[in-house]
Amino acid sequence: MNAVIARLVLKRLGIMLLSLLIVAFAVFFATELLPGDVAQILLGQAATPEAVAGLRTAMHLDEPAFLRFLHWLFGLMSGDLGRSYANDREVADLISGRLANSLELAFVTTLFSVPIALTLGITSAMFRGSFYDRMVSVFTVTVISIPEFMVATLAVIIFAVYLRWLPALSVASEVHGIGELLRIYAMPVITLAFVVSAQMIRMTRAAVIDTLNTAYVEMALLKGASRRRIVLRHALPNALGPIVNAMALSLSYLLGGVIIVETIFNYPGVAKLMVDAVSTRDLPLIQSCAMIFCVSYLLLILIADVVAIMANPRLRNQ
Amino acid sequence: MTSTARRSPRFGFAVNAVGVIGASIILFWILVAVFAPWISPYPVGKIVDFDYYGPISSDFWLGTDYLGRDMFSRILMGARYTVGISLASVTIACFVGVTLGMIAAVVGGWFDAVLSRFLDALNSIPALMFGLVVVAAVGSSLTVLILTIATLYAPGSYRFARALAVNVNAMDFVTVARARGEGIIYTIREEILPNIVGPVLADFGLRFVFIVLLLSGLSFLGLGVQPPDADWGALVRENIGGLSFGAPAVVFPSIAIASLTISVNMLIDNLPRRIRDRSE
Amino acid sequence: MGNVIEIRDLHVTAKTDSGRVVEIIRGVDLDVADGEIVALIGESGSGKTTIALTLLGYARPGCSIVGGSVTVDGEDTVAISEAERRSLRGTRVAYVPQSAAAAFNPSKTIMDQVVEVAQIHDLMPMDAARKKAVELFRALALPEPETIGARYPHQVSGGQLQRLSAAMALIGDPKVMVFDEPTTALDVTTQIEVLRAFKAVMRERGMAGIYVSHDLAVVAQIADRIVVLKGGEVQEVGATEAIVHRPSHSYTKALIGAFHPRARVPDPEAAADGPQPILKVSGVTAGYGGTGRDKMPKYVVLKNLDLTLERGRSLGVIGESGSGKSTLARVIAGLLPAAKGSIEMDGVRLGQATRDRSKEDLRKLQIVFQLADTALNPNKPVGAILARPLVFYHAMAGRERDAEVDRLLDMVRLPRGLKHRLPSELSGGQKQRVNFARALAARPELILCDEITSALDTVVAAAVLDLLDELQRELGLTYMFISHDLSTVEAICDRVAVMYQGEKVEEMPTSRMKSGPEHPYSKLLIASVPKLDTGWLDGLRDDPLMAAAMEGR
Repeated sequence: MNAVIARLVLKRLGIMLLSLLIVAFAVFFATELLPGDVAQILLGQAATPEAVAGLRTAMHLDEPAFLRFLHWLFGLMSGDLGRSYANDREVADLISGRLANSLELAFVTTLFSVPIALTLGITSAMFRGSFYDRMVSVFTVTVISIPEFMVATLAVIIFAVYLRWLPALSVASEVHGIGELLRIYAMPVITLAFVVSAQMIRMTRAAVIDTLNTAYVEMALLKGASRRRIVLRHALPNALGPIVNAMALSLSYLLGGVIIVETIFNYPGVAKLMVDAVSTRDLPLIQSCAMIFCVSYLLLILIADVVAIMANPRLRNQ
Repeated sequence: MTSTARRSPRFGFAVNAVGVIGASIILFWILVAVFAPWISPYPVGKIVDFDYYGPISSDFWLGTDYLGRDMFSRILMGARYTVGISLASVTIACFVGVTLGMIAAVVGGWFDAVLSRFLDALNSIPALMFGLVVVAAVGSSLTVLILTIATLYAPGSYRFARALAVNVNAMDFVTVARARGEGIIYTIREEILPNIVGPVLADFGLRFVFIVLLLSGLSFLGLGVQPPDADWGALVRENIGGLSFGAPAVVFPSIAIASLTISVNMLIDNLPRRIRDRSE
Repeated sequence: MGNVIEIRDLHVTAKTDSGRVVEIIRGVDLDVADGEIVALIGESGSGKTTIALTLLGYARPGCSIVGGSVTVDGEDTVAISEAERRSLRGTRVAYVPQSAAAAFNPSKTIMDQVVEVAQIHDLMPMDAARKKAVELFRALALPEPETIGARYPHQVSGGQLQRLSAAMALIGDPKVMVFDEPTTALDVTTQIEVLRAFKAVMRERGMAGIYVSHDLAVVAQIADRIVVLKGGEVQEVGATEAIVHRPSHSYTKALIGAFHPRARVPDPEAAADGPQPILKVSGVTAGYGGTGRDKMPKYVVLKNLDLTLERGRSLGVIGESGSGKSTLARVIAGLLPAAKGSIEMDGVRLGQATRDRSKEDLRKLQIVFQLADTALNPNKPVGAILARPLVFYHAMAGRERDAEVDRLLDMVRLPRGLKHRLPSELSGGQKQRVNFARALAARPELILCDEITSALDTVVAAAVLDLLDELQRELGLTYMFISHDLSTVEAICDRVAVMYQGEKVEEMPTSRMKSGPEHPYSKLLIASVPKLDTGWLDGLRDDPLMAAAMEGR
């Protein structure tokens, strides 16, 4: 790696940390400042003023907002995620197991959707305007236009209700063997893969078409290169950066989809934990889950940016 | 695009058949949203059927829901919430985003740098997740919903409009206006805005789709429009119990959402290239 | 000797943005004999590139060949299958693109791309192909022929890339070379080396070629015959000498006529009063990027520049791309505040930025840009564009303003009915007139013209220059005329300043341009402009200055 790339990557990293700080403040603002008096909320309307004041001091609510933000932020960074209001357990303990489940789900989805999306995206760009391309477009526009829960309910109707191949719910604790595992993951993964690959196909197709419209592709054509050679040797190496970038950005759609999917299929992941925390107004738990989402989103964007920088031939071959 | 383009003199550009269909469906839902109370056959909250999850019949065109209420009436009223909230949010988001975006592009300097950095950071918050956080913290009401959604989508609109405005701002006719001594307001209103309004409207449509999807998602999770009112997402949630036997009560609200969002996409994809072209 | 190219009754159609189908080539016939170079010349939209591409059996997306035959080396590229066309391309017909910078794949080495034709068509072993490429690099006078192939396209200069693209075309030993405006994007001093390299290679190998260009002087150096095109039809065909010296068709005559500007006659009235400076630029340094601790910009474009403009006269500013001539206009107009130095108008110091200047100062000094396409707001009718300065500077309204808009249109010789049209509905020349009329609306004293005729076709540009000259006499205007085209400057300017790398290296009366520039760079620049004379390029060899300059590259 050369110095120019290193400097650009470091700059992206700096921007990500700054964004993270702003995002952290937004989460803090929404959960601690917007609701008003957290102590009052926790104790309910019937609480005595003394009890409220006592809790307020105990929770450092008397301090200025900025100090509280710093406290909270340093707590997060040192791994102290606070205690859950609902069941008084360490938030870190509540999250750890669930996070692994969610990551598994994301990993399996990625494993399925990336090859499918790459193939469909590249081929539909190659045969732009053909019947095949139009069918792929209709599919992607439809999937993008309908809510995730609809994809999920359709999947349930088809696979669980009519075909009876798969269970409608998944409970990860009762896994016996590979077959069982497949059956448990199948439904959430199918749903998520649909949502994510529709985005990926669209973005990949756009990236390849962009490079197919360049003068050097026309030049290759005028040198007598075949369509296969033009796409594989000339377009793809230059589209690689944009494609990987598109992959990373599309994966961020996982984050929205996963909330719906884990809820519908009762999948024990972080998103389900967060939705449950919302119904009990368990603010420390919500904060931590929200930060996990934001960090993963920013990481994906960082990866996308870095790949784009590394893939730029002008920078790479300095 | 296979359909033959025909010239529509009123708009001064050609819209093909697919685009016209899309536009008609959108118009249909907007009219429904406006006139819902006058065209609903039954009061929305009233239990009118002894059966729940009733089938399609001549009395109940779209069946009945889990309590035996008329689904047709509930979907008509649901259009009010889904279309109304989404339109209000997208209007606020785009108005704020586009205005700030144009100012940032024309003024430039540290104002642009700071605002862009800040809004880009906000843009990196997953929308549905942040919706959850706000609803958890302050509860769900129409105002909260509209303002939260608008806040979440304004940064994207800003980014889009700014990118377009930066391109226009680099054009010589803007430089000429600046050399003439024109002020910022004139430059934005007369030179920049007319040249980005096409793509901005297309973006408005796409953002509207995202917002309909977000709102439906929130309502589906029980965090959007609260009972006894219900938008389309909430209607799906209420009647999800009928899913296993494919009740009309769960199918039709889903179709309503899909028809609206797909129509917007159809319309935008079939707009003339001049308007659709995005210069990001 | 037979014909290697025979085009008969060629028809090509194109689909416009609004979906209409128009015929862009209307029945063209063309023959090229073995070893002959034929130039296709014409303005933009004449169809010259479209014809050239049909030789490779290719029509750009949206275009299609609907009739006629294009026979290249015995095969009709219109009739044969796509696979047969593929085997033709690169081996029997090869293409040299207009912008080599865009035509090279940025992620592959130059060598890989040069030998690709040999690889695709399996012409020779790769080792042999590489050896051959190095020989071609040497023949095209490229520096470091042994190692230049290992570099990536962004690591070599534009002129070198253009020659490398010729090597890429020559590797398959084609019968026919198609050059598509290969020097248009280059500066004049670079253009010479590229032209010489092309000519030497073509002559040595005795290949036939089609050379597409809009520049008659360039074509006169390299072509045996010239085909003049307009609106997709052939206007005139003839030997280069005959076309240049004895054109018969009226359009060709106009093209040649536009090339011989009449010499500038100094205005006797202005001379009588002696020179009166209207604008004085002293010690101006300016550039882009943030300013450092020494208050100097990161990228300095103008260095300590002095310049004086005399009232009622025209100063030409010439130089190659990157010389800082456009930046100079922006600094004077206050669009780019100078880091150092001062600008005085009528003896009064102007603010550095537009916001520091009074409306009156702004009014007196107007700027007109090169591309009328981007200089006119596409969403405003011509009338509104011209009315704005009237409202802004002169607070005109109602009938008075409308009458003034009519008067302005009359001044620039445009029909009054045009005021209801949008810029996109005007021709290039009309747009540039509107562009100029907008500056006149302010009733300025000084107009900065930034390459205002460069994007226009020769004949149209000549008419615009005549108009400018006339308006100067009528209104007593002062012009600063920035151009890379020396004949334009010769036609309209009294004095010329030569810029090189942000500095003014020389200033002289226009009349001295031909006879005696003193600075070596001025000499090189002026000598590099192609002349409408078939022997000019070959004659340069004897010029010691040019020889020395070329050694250095």
